[in-house]
Amino acid sequence: MSLVSRHLEANGLPTVIIGSALDVVEHCGVPRFLFNDFPLGNPVGHPWKADMQREVVETALRLLETASGPRTTVVSRFAWKEDDPGWRERYGKVDPAERDRLIAVGEARRRRQQELKQGKGQ
Amino acid sequence: MPRNDEPVRYMERTRDYYRAIGYDKDYVWAAHADVPFARLGKPLRETRVGLVTTAHPPDKSNHDANGIRHVWSGEVDPLAKLNTDNLAWDRESTHTEDRESFLPIEAMRLMVDKGVIGGIARCFHGAPTGYSQRKTNEVDAPEILKRLREDGAEAVLLTAL
Repeated sequence: MSLVSRHLEANGLPTVIIGSALDVVEHCGVPRFLFNDFPLGNPVGHPWKADMQREVVETALRLLETASGPRTTVVSRFAWKEDDPGWRERYGKVDPAERDRLIAVGEARRRRQQELKQGKGQ
Repeated sequence: MPRNDEPVRYMERTRDYYRAIGYDKDYVWAAHADVPFARLGKPLRETRVGLVTTAHPPDKSNHDANGIRHVWSGEVDPLAKLNTDNLAWDRESTHTEDRESFLPIEAMRLMVDKGVIGGIARCFHGAPTGYSQRKTNEVDAPEILKRLREDGAEAVLLTAL
């Protein structure tokens, strides 16, 4: 999404990204970014929290007018759910005890990719 | 256990995961020293804004027979349904049953009603996510630009799952 944002901007369309992968977006370098420190999947706000989502959208849109230069990152005032403080540790965590299972996951993935390359995919 | 409030390092975590499932070559994330910057041509309250998402249509018709994902578009409709099955998001911590949490069509309509923006472009557009930065830069991004211009979009909100 960061590369798309850059392409649009280079062709004269002002853009703003709302997202939750701060390191990925800033590593790429984008014009305007509103960062919500949430699990991947709900960049605009907690599910079913319409008030929060509206505020996030308005904050992002206003950046289109107020950002003074590229690499403008604004950190949203919202946090993830208070009753789930451990969410940051879960995503994509590699447990050494699961080594064999993970290798099997990788082998299945590579087989599937090979099948797609050979035109056997759906 | 001390609480860790640092943002998740997704590049590091992704690298560790792919090594663990048997890939020996690390993905090289895009990085650019220079960043383009365009200014609005008119006040925000008069600007028509387009939407771009990474989600898929419910029937996954953006995938071709070889599983390659392509740009797709949908009407901006408060009832629009999308599919997130093939995307990387945190299934252990949340869900994507509320479309507004990742593609805020209704919130955008309220922004028009409130006078924050002048309007919403007729369609939202789906950006494929994949490993090929060349495909994104040379095929997908130009196609999204073309579709946004056809819709008369004057600025763009991109929401990335």
